[in-house]
Formats: sequence, C-alpha cells, structure tokens
Amino acid sequence: MSTSDFSVSTPIDQVSVEERVARLNKRSIKKESKVQALKLALSMMDLTTLEGKDSEGKVVQLCQKAKLPYAPMPDLPKVAAVCVYPTMVRTAKKHVKGSGIQVASVATAFPSGMAPLSVRIDDTKFAVDEGADEVDMVISRGAFLSGEYNLVFDEIAAIKEACGKAHLKVILETGELHTYENVRKASDIAMEAGGDFIKTSTGKISPAATQPVTLVMLEAIRDYYYRTGKMIGMKPAGGIRTAKQALQYLVLVKETLGAAWLNNEYFRFGASSLANDVLMQIVKQQTGQYQSADYFSVD
Amino acid sequence: MSNTTETKETPYKPTSPNSKLDFASIWEYAPAPESNDHVEIAERYELFIDGKFVKPSKGRYFKSTNPATKEEITEFAEATQADVDKAVKSARKAFNGEWSTLAPKTRGKYLYRIARMLQERAREFAVLESMDGGKPIRESRDVDVPLAAAHFFYYAGWADKLDYAFPGKKPEPIGVCGQIIPWNFPLLMLAWKIAPALACGNTVVLKPAETTSLTALKFAELVKDAGVPAGVVNIVTGAGQTGAEIVNHKDIDKVAFTGSTGVGKLIQKSLAGTDKKFTLELGGKGALIVFEDAPIDQAVEGIINAIFFNQGHVCCAGSRLLVQEGVVDLVVQKLKDRMETLIVGDPLDKNTDIGAINSGQQFDTINSFLEIGVEEGADVYQSKCSIPENGYFIRPTLLTNVAQSNRVVQEEIFGPVLTVQTFRTADEAIDKANNTPYGLAGGVWTDKGSKIFKVGAGLRSGVVWANTYNKFDPTSPFGGYKESGVGREGGLHGLAAYVNLKK
Amino acid sequence: MEHLEVLKTYKIYVGGNFPRTESGRYYKVYDSEKELLANACLCSRKDVRNAVKTARGAFGGWKSRSAYNRGQILYRIAEMMESRRAEFESQLSKIGFTATEASADVNASIDRLIYYAGWTDKYQQVFGSVNPVASAHFNFSILDPTGVVGIFAPENSPLLGLVSVVAPVIAGGNTCVVLASEMYPLPSIIFAEVLNSSDVPGGVVNILTGKKEELAEHFSSHVDVNAMMYSDKLSAEMKKLIDENASTSVKRVIKKPVEDWYHEKAQDPYFIIDVQETKTTWHPVGF
Repeated sequence: MSTSDFSVSTPIDQVSVEERVARLNKRSIKKESKVQALKLALSMMDLTTLEGKDSEGKVVQLCQKAKLPYAPMPDLPKVAAVCVYPTMVRTAKKHVKGSGIQVASVATAFPSGMAPLSVRIDDTKFAVDEGADEVDMVISRGAFLSGEYNLVFDEIAAIKEACGKAHLKVILETGELHTYENVRKASDIAMEAGGDFIKTSTGKISPAATQPVTLVMLEAIRDYYYRTGKMIGMKPAGGIRTAKQALQYLVLVKETLGAAWLNNEYFRFGASSLANDVLMQIVKQQTGQYQSADYFSVD
Repeated sequence: MSNTTETKETPYKPTSPNSKLDFASIWEYAPAPESNDHVEIAERYELFIDGKFVKPSKGRYFKSTNPATKEEITEFAEATQADVDKAVKSARKAFNGEWSTLAPKTRGKYLYRIARMLQERAREFAVLESMDGGKPIRESRDVDVPLAAAHFFYYAGWADKLDYAFPGKKPEPIGVCGQIIPWNFPLLMLAWKIAPALACGNTVVLKPAETTSLTALKFAELVKDAGVPAGVVNIVTGAGQTGAEIVNHKDIDKVAFTGSTGVGKLIQKSLAGTDKKFTLELGGKGALIVFEDAPIDQAVEGIINAIFFNQGHVCCAGSRLLVQEGVVDLVVQKLKDRMETLIVGDPLDKNTDIGAINSGQQFDTINSFLEIGVEEGADVYQSKCSIPENGYFIRPTLLTNVAQSNRVVQEEIFGPVLTVQTFRTADEAIDKANNTPYGLAGGVWTDKGSKIFKVGAGLRSGVVWANTYNKFDPTSPFGGYKESGVGREGGLHGLAAYVNLKK
Repeated sequence: MEHLEVLKTYKIYVGGNFPRTESGRYYKVYDSEKELLANACLCSRKDVRNAVKTARGAFGGWKSRSAYNRGQILYRIAEMMESRRAEFESQLSKIGFTATEASADVNASIDRLIYYAGWTDKYQQVFGSVNPVASAHFNFSILDPTGVVGIFAPENSPLLGLVSVVAPVIAGGNTCVVLASEMYPLPSIIFAEVLNSSDVPGGVVNILTGKKEELAEHFSSHVDVNAMMYSDKLSAEMKKLIDENASTSVKRVIKKPVEDWYHEKAQDPYFIIDVQETKTTWHPVGF
C-alpha cells in the first residue's frame, strides 16, 4: 500500500466536533448499563505510575491494586495493564505474573522524546527485553510541527520494528499539537507507520486527553478501518479522573466505532486515580449509598 | 470483513469503504426516562381570553393524544366565531387601554418576567412539550424551551429601543395581531410570535395547532402569573376553522402564520383586498450541499441534524442531500453508520434522538411519500433500530437513486426522510438547490471559506447554514424566499413584522 | 437586651474579593449631618496596579462570553439590586436623599441595568455593518471591546451615576477599574457586593475608593488601561494631565458630560459604542 501524502490535511471543523461531543455527553447512563460500563472501564484501565520518584515498592503496590482492585469484591474485573517506566518493567512483570495483566512501558525518552533515535530505539529494546508486552512511545512533536511528517513516520516505523512482538501505542501528545487537524494527521501517520494503538497524551502536558481530541482520533481510526479493514486501538490518557468521564469516553467509542472496540484489546484508559472513582461508583450502584474515598486503597 | 446488507447498493468506487461497523452493541443504554410526576395536566383546558380561562361558547372540546402512546392526555376547548370575536375584542380593549399607555420599558419588563418564569419552569414545559407533541426530551429541554425563553429575553430588550431599529422612522404598534402556529415547535413558535408582537406594543390572539395546544395553555397560566394586563395575550384553541375565524376577523390588524405553504396561500387569498398586514413562514425543501473538500465527519453530523432533528418536522429541514460525486459513497456509508446510532423511541427518554411522529395524519403522510419514493424507483434505506410498537414512529430513512423530477425530491415530506443526489460542479449544485418553488434554507459544507460565500450568494433562500445546520438564535432573522413565505422572524428584522413605520 | 450595632467595614472590590487598600490608609466619610459614617479605603497607586491587573486578566473571558450571557448577567445584577434595595435606600438617606429620592434613585439604577442588559445582543446589529465593497469580497465590520477601561464615577450621583457608567462598559465586553465618588463612596461598595453575588466574574468590575487628585495620574499613565472615561467636570489641570498621559499609549479618553442622570439622555447605546473598536474583515467570495 502506498504511503499517503501527509502534507495534505483532512479538514476538521472544530465547532462541529465539540458540538458532537457535547451531544454525546448528554447520554444518560443508568442502572444496569452503568454497572456494566463501569466494569468495562475497569477492565480497560492501564493503571499507571510514571514519576521520577517511582520505586520498586510503589510498582509492587500498583501491581497488587491491578490484580485485586477492591478486596471486598474479588469478582470485579482486573485492569488491563500496568504502565511503568522501562526500569520498572522487570518488577512489574514479576508481580503481575499469571494474572493475565499486561505490562506496558513508556519508552523512547518519555515524555519529551528529545533524544537521538538510536537512544529511543535502545530504550524501546530495553523495555521489551525486560518483558514489556506493550510499548507506549512518543512522537517527535517538534518535527511534526515543523512539517517533517515523513521523519515522524519513519521514526514510528523504526520503533515498531524495535518492539518486535510487543504492541506499540503511539502517543501523539495532542496537547502540543494545538489543532484537531494536526491530531488527525498525527493519528494517520501513526496508524500507517504501524502503531497498534494511538494514544492522546503522556499525562505530563496540559491539556492531556480531551473528549473532542479523542473523537477526532476515533474518527481517524474509523476511516483507517474503512480503508484497510484493520482495527487500531485507542487510548486516551491523562486527566481522566472520574467514573462519569470514563462513561462519556465509552459513549464516544460505542457511537463512533461500535461494539468491536468496546473491549480492552482495542480501548484503554491511561489513568492513575480513575480506578478508585470507578470502584466507588460500582459500590454505590450495588449498595445505593454514596461512598467515601477513605474506604478505597490509595496505591 | 464486509457484510452484505439487505438493501442493494451501487458498487463501491475507489473512495468507498470496504468494512462495516457493528453498532448492535454488547452495551446498550438502559431506559433513562425523564420524570413527569412533577407536571400536572388538567383533564381539560379552556380558552384564555381577557386574562381569564373561559369555556367555549358552543361547549365543544376536542381530545389531544400523546403520539408516542396514542393515549388521550387531555382535551381542549374548540373556539368558534363567537369565542374568537371575544378574544379579538379583549385584545382590542387591551391595546386601546392599559397596554398602549405603558412605558415601553415597562412592557419590556413584563417580557423579561415571562423569560425568567419560563427559565424557572423550563423542565415542566419541556416534559409537557414532549408528551403532547412527541419530540424527544433532549430537544425540548435543550432547544425548544431555552430558545423560547431566550426569545422573550431578546425582544424584551427591544421594547424601549425600537427607535434604533428603524432610523429615520417612528415605529408604532400595529394593533391586534392574529397568530397561528404549527405543531412542530409549539412553545418556540409561540415565543417567536408573541415576544416581538408584545415588545412592539401590540396585543395578540394566538391559536396553537390542535394537536399541540398544551404548552400554549400552560403559557397562558404563566402570563397570568407574570401579571401581564388582561387581554394582551389571548389563546384560543381549535382546528383550521378557528384559524380561519381569526384570519377573517374584521378587527384583526395583522396575521402571522407559520405552517404549510398550502394554508399560507389560502390565508394570503383570504386577506386579498384588505389592509391587514401579514407575515407567512411556510414550507421548505432545503438542500444540503456537501463538497468533496468538506470536513466529512462533521458534514455527516450536520446532515443528521438537518434532517432528523425533531423527526424531520422542521420547515427548514435539510431534506435534499446533494453530494459531490467523488465523496458520495463515503458520505453515504458514514451516514448509514451514523443512522445506526440514532435512538428512536420514547420521547421522554433522555437518550432518545428521534421521538414520535406528531400525529396519525402526519404518520400516514410520511409513509405515503415512502411508497411514492419506491414507485418512483428510489432505493430505501432505513436504520435497523428497534421502535416501539405503540405510537407513531418512523425509522430514519435515506432515499437513494432519486432524480430531481421525483416527487420525493420536489415535495415537502416533513419527516425523517432524506433524499440523496449527486453533483459535479458548484454551479450544478446551486442550480439543483434552487430548482424548487421553496426557498427557506440551505446548507453548504466545504473547508473553503470563499466557496461558502460564493455558493451562499447563489442560493435563493432566506437562511444559509455553512458547515452547520438547524441553528436558531433570537438575534438571527429567519424566513423564506419564494413560496417559503414572506417576512422574517427573529433579530432586528423580526421587529418589522410588528410595527407601522411613521415618518 | 440592648444591641450594640456592629459597624460595617467598607473595603474595596478587586478581582471578586474585598481587600483593604495596599497602602493601609483611610479617609473619613461623613453623612449629611457631618457625622462620621465610616472609614473608607484611601487607595494608592498599587491598588490601581492590582485592579488593572485583575481587570486585564478577566477581559479575555468576559469578552468571549456570549452577548446573551452578558445580558443575563446584567439582568441578574438588577434582580439582586432589587432584593437589596432597602440597604441602598438607607445608605442614600444617610447622605441626604429623601426617602422618595432614594427610592427613585434605586429604581432608576435597576432600570438602567435592564436597559443595558437589553443592549448586549443588539448594539452589534445596530452599529455593526456589512460593507458593500466593489471587489469580490465579503466585508463586514463588527464592534470589539476596547479592553480595560478606567472610570471616574460621577461625584454627585453615587449610585445611579455609578451604575450608568459601569453598565454600558461591561455590557460591551470590557472590564473596568472604577474610582467611586470620593465624597460618597459607600453605595459603590454595596453595589460591589451586589455584583459579587450576581454571576459577574471576578475582575470584570473593580471598585476603588480614594482621591481623584491622587489617582488621576496613576489611572491615566497606566499603559495597560485602554480607555479612560469620566462624566464630571474636572479641573483644567486634571483634564490636561489625563489627556497628556493618555497620549503616551494612545489611550482613548471619553468625556461624557451628564448633568442629570435621571434624564433619558443619560442612557443610550453610544455609551457602549464609546468603548468599542471597529474590526473589519475582508473575505474572498469565489469557488
């Protein structure tokens, strides 16, 4: 398949995108459909810790949370993955072993990506060698914004190659791309270069994930699917803290891409504090009582 | 990857999608009904004349049903000649009396009160509107009622500023206005009529449509609560005959009508030879022109909003889609996928996108047009959503393989039915768009600004929406060219319909 | 039981808060019987600086509110004023208004707010334009708020006068720093309390108390103040000072002499237009 000419933009109308999101946000999710969605959201979570002060102890606790999010309800779904820095992969891998939970690692000089490509490739290979099942890379936003789309494409392709069997999530860092048209274009580049997922943000730049950006990316995924039949996954990350937001994201997926994407093979939430709010809402739905944060473990 | 669908489709071109999406989801929204236990519907409603609720002189009432359930919800008084006469006399008395001597700013303050009370009682009005007329609560709650309140707010401000609207002229009220409104936006059309009329110092006799009179009578209660002087607003209910009594009443100074072009023509004819002023807001057959350089996903949203808003019961609905040939397959595919996500059903469910067809009569009309379409050779595509067994519901519908000469392309269907045609050049699109006796509204989708203005300039219609559709605002004039009506409602221009300009 | 009255502290209004003056200074405010009413803040250059900074910060958000929203908020101010009319009337009575006059002043102030509430979504229609240029261009002019407006409120109409100059400025999307009537500053602080409970975003209206003689220099020389507006007759020196200082940054100086704030001529849309810029856009028309 011939590579697209990325200098040509797909037009996106900002106002309409935001109106569409506003309208989708009015979907009212109640009762059993709410419980179902909350559990779905839990199962889609990439439980994340990406701090300079991360330690083995922190990662071990995160893995415990991933396996058993809420002890009083052992039947709740596990999260999809834990997401850590490359140096923490080995620890994470050890502590999720046998649970079916994936270990995702950010790589490529996360979060800025400001390192030579060779360093980023080595970073990726290190993470994979340590056992990462998934690699979350960042694109070169500077190159992208200066119009070097083919360079961005080539870099993603190189990282994809370095990933081997590991799944590649391509972080666009949409907060630095400024326009929906750029988001769309970066999505197209990432998908065509071999990304298995496209992901909004590192979580280190504000704004991180937003719903309009996510809608634009889902529409890019849809067009790619229309063209090629290949399903690409989507991961909004950063800034998603409440169960209500999570449900709104699921509505976007449901009404843009449909049923096939409503699982953790094709949709993930990158979040650190979302899990507890989702858990609180699940318990609320089951008991009818509003919950207090004091009863949910902070890991 | 691709499944076959039951409807036949043209072979895909290079742009055409080859994969299908599946929206029959593992995760469905549970019912989310808006509560209606806080609204009260009386067993019957009387006429509102001279500030009082009065029984109709002949004592006749007619039933009103909820089109989503076909259940009777209340009954309304039938106003006959004597009642209309009484209403007009009351309006005349108020016009000659207290209302005309009020300071303009005080008139404005009454309208502000109405606006605020509508905002306060918004949820009640929204629920009633959905129960009586079948429109989804999301629309009555987010569009009809807030816009109605905004209309009063906007025209309230004009009451003491009219001199600025007509430089060099002295605007004076016309007198008693007879106003007849349709069933598609009952409260909103009432606001479009009453707010500017009162702001300019007129008094009114308004007749809501017989299938949707409920919110007008609730509005009458609100007018009373707001302390508006008796006789300034009179509401008479009834069918076409009641409307004719208003139009033909000798002491009516102005007729304002929104409804079908057929009835509009009759009204214009009845007024022939009189000095009564009139404004008409009639039918339409709006074209949606989608160029290949358009933001396609957003254009599809625009199309959905253009034709499926309010079940397609919109005079300015974009009911004719004109797509540039290079993107027609993509647009149609996306449209079909998007239609699959539309939820048709209980108007009071907060997730409903398309509610009930307003009446059995309209339900039959739309279905007969679908039959005509099939006879004319159109391919019919309907979304696969489930619809309630009771009540009047029609799935969102596309008619492809149609021609400009087909009746389904020429005539106003007033339902959730969109015809699809193609064009090659902008001039061809403009010609096709204009090739109709109507001229109410049109839409253009392109990423190129200059093309918007060029195409817009070529369209013979009162409203042009660019990269959007079915947008309404109190500040924005609305109304049609040609057989879509005369006069404008909304904005500064909407004032002209309610004043006599003296030097 | 005897109740010892708790005296109210009248502070200034900056950024939606009620701070004391930075300077820590005060001046005495008297009633019509020359009895002490309160100690008012004697604002300094730093208070002007702080107020301008917060007005500038609020400008972007306020001007991008929809006209409808600004109208609703102005109307809300009127509603809140109506509900606190007793306090205004009592304050006005203390400074010499008869009961009837005080009531009339509050009535007129409320009506004035409503008058300008009605203009927010109309002045653009009346004063903007589509310009029939000869080329293939769609050309239109809209009004765009000037920015941060410094206002010297009328000295002898401490409530109605104040409302009459503030309302049109904010109706058009500007933000402002107001110096209240020097001799009768207290109604302005009650008005600030009304603003603060009326959905007006903090920083849109900032009200200082103090002396024109001292602050004219700071208002007019501040480069981030886009316009100065006053309606009283100022001394020749102060007038010249303001004009000259304004010239260093081409500040607009709007002089609106109004004798009688009750008169219908004391309100019109030109009060809004005075602090609007005209922005003209050319756009090609073609395939």
